[in-house]
Amino acid sequence: MHLHRYEKMWLMFGGGALLLFVIILTVNAYAMGNMPPSHMQMIEPSKVDETPPFDKPGLRQIGENEYELVMTSFVFGYAPANVEIPAGATVHFIVTSKDVVHGFQIPGTNVNTMVLPGHISRVTQTFAEPGEYLILCNEYCGAGHHVMATKLIVADEGKE
Amino acid sequence: MTTEKTLSLRDRQVDQATSRLSLAYLFVAFSAFGIAALAGMLQAMVRGGLITLPGGINYYQILTAHGVLLGLVFTTFFIIGFLFSGMARTTGGSLPVAARSLGWSGWSLMVAGTLMGTVTILQNDASVLYTFYAPMKASPLFYIGMALVVVGSWVAGWGIFAAYRRWRRDHQGSTSPLFAFMAVATMLLWQIATLGVAIEVLFQLIPWSLGWVPEVNVLLSRTLFWYFGHPLVYFWLMPAYISWYINIPKIIGGRIFSDSLARLSFVLLILFSIPVGFHHQLMEPGISAGWKLVHVILTLTVVIPSLMTAFSLFAVFETTGRAKGGRGLFGWFGKLPWKDVRFFAPMVGMLMFIPAGTGGIINASNQLNAVVHNTIWVTGHFHLTVGTSVALTFFGIAYWLIPALTGRRLTSTVNRLGILQTVFWTVGMLLMSGAMHYLGLQGAPRRTDYTTYFDHSTALGWMPYQQLMGIGGLFLFLASVLLIGILIYLGFFAPKGFTEYPIGENGDTAEVTPRILERWPLWIGLSAFLIAVAYGYPIYELIQHAPPGSPPIRTW
Ligand code: HEM
Ligand SMILES: [Cu+2]
Ligand SMILES: [Cu+2]
Repeated sequence: MHLHRYEKMWLMFGGGALLLFVIILTVNAYAMGNMPPSHMQMIEPSKVDETPPFDKPGLRQIGENEYELVMTSFVFGYAPANVEIPAGATVHFIVTSKDVVHGFQIPGTNVNTMVLPGHISRVTQTFAEPGEYLILCNEYCGAGHHVMATKLIVADEGKE
Repeated sequence: MTTEKTLSLRDRQVDQATSRLSLAYLFVAFSAFGIAALAGMLQAMVRGGLITLPGGINYYQILTAHGVLLGLVFTTFFIIGFLFSGMARTTGGSLPVAARSLGWSGWSLMVAGTLMGTVTILQNDASVLYTFYAPMKASPLFYIGMALVVVGSWVAGWGIFAAYRRWRRDHQGSTSPLFAFMAVATMLLWQIATLGVAIEVLFQLIPWSLGWVPEVNVLLSRTLFWYFGHPLVYFWLMPAYISWYINIPKIIGGRIFSDSLARLSFVLLILFSIPVGFHHQLMEPGISAGWKLVHVILTLTVVIPSLMTAFSLFAVFETTGRAKGGRGLFGWFGKLPWKDVRFFAPMVGMLMFIPAGTGGIINASNQLNAVVHNTIWVTGHFHLTVGTSVALTFFGIAYWLIPALTGRRLTSTVNRLGILQTVFWTVGMLLMSGAMHYLGLQGAPRRTDYTTYFDHSTALGWMPYQQLMGIGGLFLFLASVLLIGILIYLGFFAPKGFTEYPIGENGDTAEVTPRILERWPLWIGLSAFLIAVAYGYPIYELIQHAPPGSPPIRTW
């Protein structure tokens, strides 16, 4: 098959860009730890309320200004709602669903994960800026999907 | 021109029996399009807070109708209708009887399925969107309807294969017409890709929705869906590429750049568009990060056939423009027939594919996906790809295909109206899709009714852009009405006469097309191998290490 000289150059340029791109993605994933949320933990979806840690949802301090926030999602809300944390806190969200598939997203941050019944999603974020962050469901889950949201309040008076 | 003469001219391109078949497909396609365009306009206006839906209609009900009727019905019917006509046009003007009866059987099954699906949606018994994610459960009739559409499209695909086989039998040792090759490649991709969703619907959702099995493996069902969902977008794109590779050179008075490279790019599309579905599931727990990366890398390799296509097309444009006297580095660009809607509409589509494809690379990137996943950015993205590049190409095809099949003329008035229609559509999409892209980056979710999230400041800040979306939707609706009007005129009222079915000739006649490109078992085998590598172990794991399943729930 005959390739025109310019086409060869064009495809080499494209192939090279592709290679570079893939290398950057791989380094970013493996060397810098920027993996998409892919924790392989599971749970029985009908027994969420009895299964730790979801039997006691809420905020737990696990280090200096570092917290675990265990939340359940359901039609059409999240529990607990309106959690407050100090500015600069690092939060490890641990979320599962009690019914259908939901989303878990905080606009203005990189927090964005699917919440599937039977699976436990984990995602971590540091909140440097104080403010009222919106947590919203970004996967269609039924008639009340557009009101499925809560707030995460990052308080000003916390330690910097 | 006398009627008989017109008839014989028309028959020399595509005979009447095939024309009828093809027109039957196009009729359903554009009927679905019209209803769905109305739904789309309403969605955009509702989200912007410009209107509220009357009579307690559920937003998610019309969104389901929009997604199903455009994403599944309009595209599939249009594509099959177009491919049958081109198959006949390039293999002697007619289809073998077997191919035609398969075509009609497929059409009947697909129409039956579409009606079943539409009725359940209208009854609000299937407001589960076109992805129908379990464990939300629609009426079993909805799933059965979708299964019928898929099975019908298989049968139609066998019709395309039958026509191809006859041609090869009658022309042993010669290379098949490029259109026939590409039609077969497209329908082959479809057969392989729909296996995933067929297994999901037939073995998981239908028995579960009928209550025969109590629970469903949610992640497995999503994985089977997205095994199908990504090649679905290539199934939309490949017929547009066919038109760009084959019809456009003829329309602009040029020749096809390279027959073999065109075929090679289609083979690569089959190989690299299927084993990649995890890029739709990057944010999902329960699939390991390593396998996600494998799919991301395979996804990005479609850059190669895409760049090959871009090169071929622009090579045709430049050589043709120069032959017509275009000088300097870019003088050829102005020499292209911009005032011919058969060129103008698809060309705008091609140009819009540049930002559209760039957005796709962003979506597929492992890390950036966290910024855009399930935001309305994604909706903005595919209204550029399928909603603009593919849709404008399909409109451009319909403008000459319908009169060519009905023995009528594409008049100069229709040509001008078509250009106006293209401009309206493009402006509407730029407004709507531009606003969607921006909103998505701010975190606004897709598939969401009008909401301010209890007057949260973040969501209130989105509102002006949501209104812009609504205004874009109005432009689009106007363009849709214009389109339907033009197509009805071309189908039933335009003056009788001859319209060309443009098929380009190969420019590089010295080149021999390698035989290996038509060794289908080889490509099917390679495709199966890549699918086994990319999906074999992850699916085994999804089944072996599944959490307890989910019972059906109705949440609307
Ligand atoms: C009249 C022109 C159109 C308008 C005004 C329009 C408008 C919209 C809007 C506003 C949404 C997003 C709703 C939401 O996420 O809340 C949407 C979704 C969608 N549109 Fe369109 N659209 C148009 C044409 C098209 C075309 C031509 C196609 C494909 C051939 C298409 C395919 C889709 C699909 C598949 C969805 C996703 C549905 C879902 O998320 O379940 N649209 N459209
Ligand atoms: Cu939701
Ligand atoms: Cu995809």
